[in-house]
Amino acid sequence: MSHYAEALDEIMESYPGQPEYLIFMLQDIQAKYGYISKESMLLACDRAGVPLTQGYSVATFYQSFRLDPKGEHEIRVCSGTACHLKGSHRLVEALERRLGVKPGETTEDLRFTLNTVNCVGACALAPVVVVDETYQPNMSAKKLAKQLKTLDHELTIDTKEQGHG
Amino acid sequence: MIEFNINDKKVKAGAGWSLLDTARHYGVDIPTLCYHESVAASGACRLCIVELKQGDWSKLVASCIYPVQAGINVYTETKRVQNVRRWIFEMLLSACPASGEIRRMAAKYGVESTRFPIHDPDQTCMVCGLCSRVCEEVVGLSAISTVDRGVHKKVSSPFLRPTDVCVACGSCVSICPTGAMQAIFDSVRGKPTMQLTQLTA
Amino acid sequence: MANPGTALKREDWRLKSAQDLAALQNQILASRDPERPEIVVCHGSGCMANGSPKVTDALRAALTEAGIDAKVMPGIKTTGCQGFCSRGPLVLIRPQGLFYEQVKPKDVTEIVERTIMAGEPIERLLYKLPETGEPVLTEQEIPFYNLQQRIVLHNIGKIDPADITDTIAAGGYQALAQALTAMDPEQVVAEIEKSGLRGRGGAGFPTGRKWRSALNAVAKKGRPIYVVVNGDEGDPGAFMDRTIMEGDPHAVLEGLIIGAYALGASQGYLYVRAEYPLAIKHLEIAMSQARELGLLGENILNSGFSFEVQINRGAGAFVCGESTALFTSIEGKPGNPRPKYVRSVEEGLWGRPTVLNNVETWANIPLIIGNGSDWYAGLGVPHSTGTKVFSLVGKVNNVGLVEVPMGATISRIVEEIGGGVPDGSPFKAVQTGGPSGGCIPYHLKNTPVDFDSLTQAGSMMGSGAMIVMDEGDCVVDVGRYFLRFLEEESCGKCLPCRLGLTRMREILDNFSRGQGSEEDIEDLISLAQAVQDGALCALGTSAPNPVLTTIRYFKEEYLAHVRDRRCPAGVCKELITYAIDPELCTGCASCARQCPNNCISGEKKKPHVIDAALCIRCGICKETCKFDAVKVS
Repeated sequence: MSHYAEALDEIMESYPGQPEYLIFMLQDIQAKYGYISKESMLLACDRAGVPLTQGYSVATFYQSFRLDPKGEHEIRVCSGTACHLKGSHRLVEALERRLGVKPGETTEDLRFTLNTVNCVGACALAPVVVVDETYQPNMSAKKLAKQLKTLDHELTIDTKEQGHG
Repeated sequence: MIEFNINDKKVKAGAGWSLLDTARHYGVDIPTLCYHESVAASGACRLCIVELKQGDWSKLVASCIYPVQAGINVYTETKRVQNVRRWIFEMLLSACPASGEIRRMAAKYGVESTRFPIHDPDQTCMVCGLCSRVCEEVVGLSAISTVDRGVHKKVSSPFLRPTDVCVACGSCVSICPTGAMQAIFDSVRGKPTMQLTQLTA
Repeated sequence: MANPGTALKREDWRLKSAQDLAALQNQILASRDPERPEIVVCHGSGCMANGSPKVTDALRAALTEAGIDAKVMPGIKTTGCQGFCSRGPLVLIRPQGLFYEQVKPKDVTEIVERTIMAGEPIERLLYKLPETGEPVLTEQEIPFYNLQQRIVLHNIGKIDPADITDTIAAGGYQALAQALTAMDPEQVVAEIEKSGLRGRGGAGFPTGRKWRSALNAVAKKGRPIYVVVNGDEGDPGAFMDRTIMEGDPHAVLEGLIIGAYALGASQGYLYVRAEYPLAIKHLEIAMSQARELGLLGENILNSGFSFEVQINRGAGAFVCGESTALFTSIEGKPGNPRPKYVRSVEEGLWGRPTVLNNVETWANIPLIIGNGSDWYAGLGVPHSTGTKVFSLVGKVNNVGLVEVPMGATISRIVEEIGGGVPDGSPFKAVQTGGPSGGCIPYHLKNTPVDFDSLTQAGSMMGSGAMIVMDEGDCVVDVGRYFLRFLEEESCGKCLPCRLGLTRMREILDNFSRGQGSEEDIEDLISLAQAVQDGALCALGTSAPNPVLTTIRYFKEEYLAHVRDRRCPAGVCKELITYAIDPELCTGCASCARQCPNNCISGEKKKPHVIDAALCIRCGICKETCKFDAVKVS
């Protein structure tokens, strides 16, 4: 645990102890650990000189902060207008069916987190899905299935138990 | 003294007054829910909306927070104002169906029923923020705040867990306009750590 | 990361005057041979997602292998977005100016052998004119480009944003030098006033007037005053600001420094959306290189003026594009807006006078100071001077970044530059202004695109996203889409927005299910009016716009939903059925294999059938079918 505390201290020390740096600290914590633990939140609020309520309000207000760990892989479907017109909502539905979670949730085995993301500005390639940090252009349900298979060898392409007919 | 007009009648206000302060001083009725003299005005519930007019130009502003200005014409019951109020009350009746206070106020302004679906029949909190403001500004503890965003916005203590930053002064309960704080208070404060019988043992 | 010049050491190269800057520019230009071949690869976010980094890597490898003499070895330059996104990945070959489109790594060997070494253009990589199919060699011959007026975008796609010497060579920072050494702050403000520049973030407030009010506020309240860049481009479909920040970060910086000088600010903030990591990276590199040259920081160009900038990253909230929410976010709090009865120029960041302008607005400043307000006021139309950058997206052939003088018509942008709708049909509507704007129908296609004309038509300029819709797009669905977006992004503080947007969206949900009545449409308009009048900030007050404009121009389509239980565009799930056309179906069963609900059945090689009772209308069968046999009705 001391490694964790040391690393957190490093983040805190790199910013002046003022309220305006609260979000900077939380962003560094989020980037490093994938979520903001209660302990790190307390430290950040302490360093910034703000009440814990401000830290919690900030962490729950802004979409990029998570308070629980996310899955190994994050799949974000762009919800921009161009992507919507090209059927991004159908991609979200396909992922909901396949992963068994809704946007914002993580699969029970902690392998995948599903999310939507606001327009990422690559509209010529709509519909766009961001898998981890990579932008996947011109996505379709079929391509998504292939992507998931590449990420996790245990998931199969076939969604059905029976054969067709 | 700053002179202007409310509903075509001349009024005089002190420096630093709001339109609402002035209206109340002159007995002009403007409904409010998220306003309380002991904390800073927030202009959140929008019930106190009034219309400023100058010839063709007009603007709707929150009277609790709009500072008085010489020569302006303020109207408290125009069609646009009434439209805003009416819809807010009708939406409140579906969002906070269990609040008697809201029902009473809505009825006073002619709104007695709502066409909107009721998703949570026990809800009384309208997230006006008075509780968190009094805890921050008057009590100075900031034990609670408004968390999340949009339709999920609610009042809570950090991590939705009981907090001992709260000293159970009850200010939030007394300032709450709908009576919602009583229930929230219990989850903020948590179970008592000491039973009274232990003292007498 | 590029090396900022071979000998750019702080002690040697810190510029101490305008003459030093001019000398540096000459030095850089002299060291570059304009005849030397150069391969310019677009590394804008769109082309990068489409594989341009792999093309660049392949080029590097191929050039090395080709054993070309070091003296004539072509350089490879990576740039920001070249704008013609739907034809990417884009590669330009200099000095001929050859324009290659849709370049893949497998094309690279041929490019090196035929074009670089033998000077031959490769026909299959050339752009073909749509009417004749004739290939053209250069950008200038492509209507998408030659019908534009790229002044804000003039460097983007030509310079390496991570190498300040490119910017200096192109004349960067000369406007700043001029302002600092030959103009006083009052003159700078006067020039911006005379130019007629209006804010490019959406509201179109006259920039000069904003700066003038700020000067008055400082006269009353004293310093500090802050200058802030609004880089929180949140409108879905908008990527103009992203392109400017990624592709020409110095344009924004230079504009900001000039503004800071004019307003007397010593501290500035760049508020950039978290979802734009490349923009943040390029801005950081640009700031660091500018500091090294003494163009940012202490005593800029020895003028006595000092100015520093901090980058604040957004944390995922569209509402933080609104000024009071943006300030509150910089202050370290949740981005809840405040009622704006006292202007930000008087009370903004920490209650101090603050000038907040959009990225594109700031990028216009060096152009105005450098070329003069008369020149700028001569572009565009009288009440909307200058140019505007638009991101043209949706159902249009040429998706990308378009810059035109204000006053160009919608038809010019969508049909002439954009190439119209892919299937050749007239567009149905163009959505401008994002979630705050409205839809302009086809019959108004000659509406000039300027602030006032768009507002009169019921929409607004907005930040520049221009979304083209065709007959396959349902206005009720688009209305729902924008309301759902704003519902998610609402801060939740005020009742009209927090409650009203959801109630409006629920009404539209009903319409999309064929429920509701004409009376409901009238109620929706009345509720929309209440939200417009009552909401606390511009997110709420403008939220009803898409719904109100679509009702205004497409009332029949709403009536079709509620009166006839029909979705003419074939979008609203509960009102459509998927069926297989037996004439076109080959019985290959690809769709049946993909169907998540087992709805499709049939014998091998015989037409298949969809069981409508089981069909969940996910659309996967239609997407899979190679014979276009799945029809929506």
